[in-house]
Amino acid sequence: MSLKAETVSWSAGGRLIVDAVDLEVMPQEFLGIIGPNGSGKTSLISLLAGIRPPKSGIVSLEGHPLAKSTRRDIAQRIALVEQQAETTERITARQAVELGRTPHLGALSPWSGRDTDIVARALDHVGMSDFADRMWHTLSGGERQRLHIARALAQQPQILLLDEPTNHLDIHHQIGLLELVRGQPLTVVAALHDLNHAAVFCDRIAVMDRGRIVALGTPTEILTEERILAVFGVAATVEHDEDGSCFVRYRRPRPKLHLISDTMKRHDHAR
Amino acid sequence: MRSIPPTINRTGAVLTAFALLFLALALGAAIGETAIPLDVVGKTVANRLWGAGYPLDAIDEGIVWNYRLSRAVVAACCGAALSLCGVVLQALLRNSLADPYILGISAGASTGAVAVAILGIGAGMLTLSLGAFFGAVFAFALVSLLALRAGRGTGAIILAGVAGSQLFNALTSFIVTKSANAEQARGIMFWLLGNLSGVRWPDVALALPVALAGLLVCLWHARALDAFTFGAESAASLGIPVKRVYATLISATALMTAVMVSIVGSIGFVGLVIPHAARFLVGVRHGLLLPAAALTGAIFMIAADILSRVIIPGQVLPIGVITALVGAPAFALILSRGRAAS
Repeated sequence: MSLKAETVSWSAGGRLIVDAVDLEVMPQEFLGIIGPNGSGKTSLISLLAGIRPPKSGIVSLEGHPLAKSTRRDIAQRIALVEQQAETTERITARQAVELGRTPHLGALSPWSGRDTDIVARALDHVGMSDFADRMWHTLSGGERQRLHIARALAQQPQILLLDEPTNHLDIHHQIGLLELVRGQPLTVVAALHDLNHAAVFCDRIAVMDRGRIVALGTPTEILTEERILAVFGVAATVEHDEDGSCFVRYRRPRPKLHLISDTMKRHDHAR
Repeated sequence: MRSIPPTINRTGAVLTAFALLFLALALGAAIGETAIPLDVVGKTVANRLWGAGYPLDAIDEGIVWNYRLSRAVVAACCGAALSLCGVVLQALLRNSLADPYILGISAGASTGAVAVAILGIGAGMLTLSLGAFFGAVFAFALVSLLALRAGRGTGAIILAGVAGSQLFNALTSFIVTKSANAEQARGIMFWLLGNLSGVRWPDVALALPVALAGLLVCLWHARALDAFTFGAESAASLGIPVKRVYATLISATALMTAVMVSIVGSIGFVGLVIPHAARFLVGVRHGLLLPAAALTGAIFMIAADILSRVIIPGQVLPIGVITALVGAPAFALILSRGRAAS
């Protein structure tokens, strides 16, 4: 199942947010999208999910443009986990996951035992079976995030799109969640903040900067000291393990000398 | 979550619901200034519908059939339709304060009614109801246009609705203060607060199909409404054609509200509160919530109508006064109970 963006652009308020992006997502791969805040990651994910029509360019699924498919057809194959989707409705954890079956049900085709099983499996996958009857508003941010993932799994998609899925999670759940997603027989596209998560879990990484994809490749190709400095403005050391994986160690910005002398002057005045 | 467990027999629930509705209708026909026994009500219906030929007092039969029963049926339709609109708008706009009048419809209807009754627009060709209907549709069109121009999001619709309501309410006040004499002003005031007094069978022929069609349209979209739980983008990612659903359901609610307001005036509170009450009873799933809200609204409105006729002997109160006077404390009770239970 290949998802492809061809010179896709999108703008909001007269500002170009996604700028002529070409991207082909390979079947079964875990593709990470990294980039600074406001670089267009979220917008690109929405475009790939087909919930926004591109201003120009084509997003296609197996060669068929999303713009020509029905929302329902797309949702049967692509699931999206947004950043911070919230509700004030008094729903239970299970009901939140049951929403994932929506694209497979019609106004006249009722809920079946099979749907119940799929929902139970999805809850089990994210380790939330014991919480199934808890009310949404009593759950923590991490628990809610896992339920969003479960809802996407209940959708039984071939492609899973995640927008910064590990926000608000502790490190145990961050790793657990990415591992869970990685273990699914799915094509995954995830906007990620943590470069080391990207290094560990991604097959390929795309780097976004000011609406454009400025680099695309394997983690070791992408995560270089020069690129991290150029795109994120952060000094870092990239260490390579024997197994070919890499690790990013950030360095403190080198203190600017005139600032130090200013501080010392102030101290002098204080005395 | 206090939703009905699936073990409860569906058929049983449906039968109970209909039994309650028919009981409410029968009581609506029986209770009033002249009390009429329930069996007379039943026999009247049998006579009229199936020509059963029970010997009855012609005056009793006339009161039951011509005045009270038509009135109770319209009250039920109106309560059901307004509650449905409330459920749908609260779900679509993701705002628990949304009600059928949030789109400026009741304000527009008032202006339309006032324009016909006081300014004499239409030169006697237009009835008050027709004027109200045109006013409602015009206001809705204006509000929709403003919302579309204001841009995306549910906030735009609500703000446009508020602006539209203020405008039309001001117009109504302007016309009433400028042109109406005291008696006209009183009559309009009564109508604005909801009035079922003039309701007859031709009104049923309008209200009943509209309420039933509205219920069907809403039920058809029950899953789509569920999918809005986490917002419009989430609904879109679950395969809901968001724009089409918005257009269909908001037009349906606008039409239902316009028809009901044009028949009975703008009865407040029902469309805001019954959806919340129904959620406490059956949970948030729209497949169950929509029929439950329609039924609760229907029964509540019949009961409010009965109260409006008997609370002061010899005088009928505007039904809107009752819905708010009785509804507000009842709602407060539900809210505080709900908090204690969770």
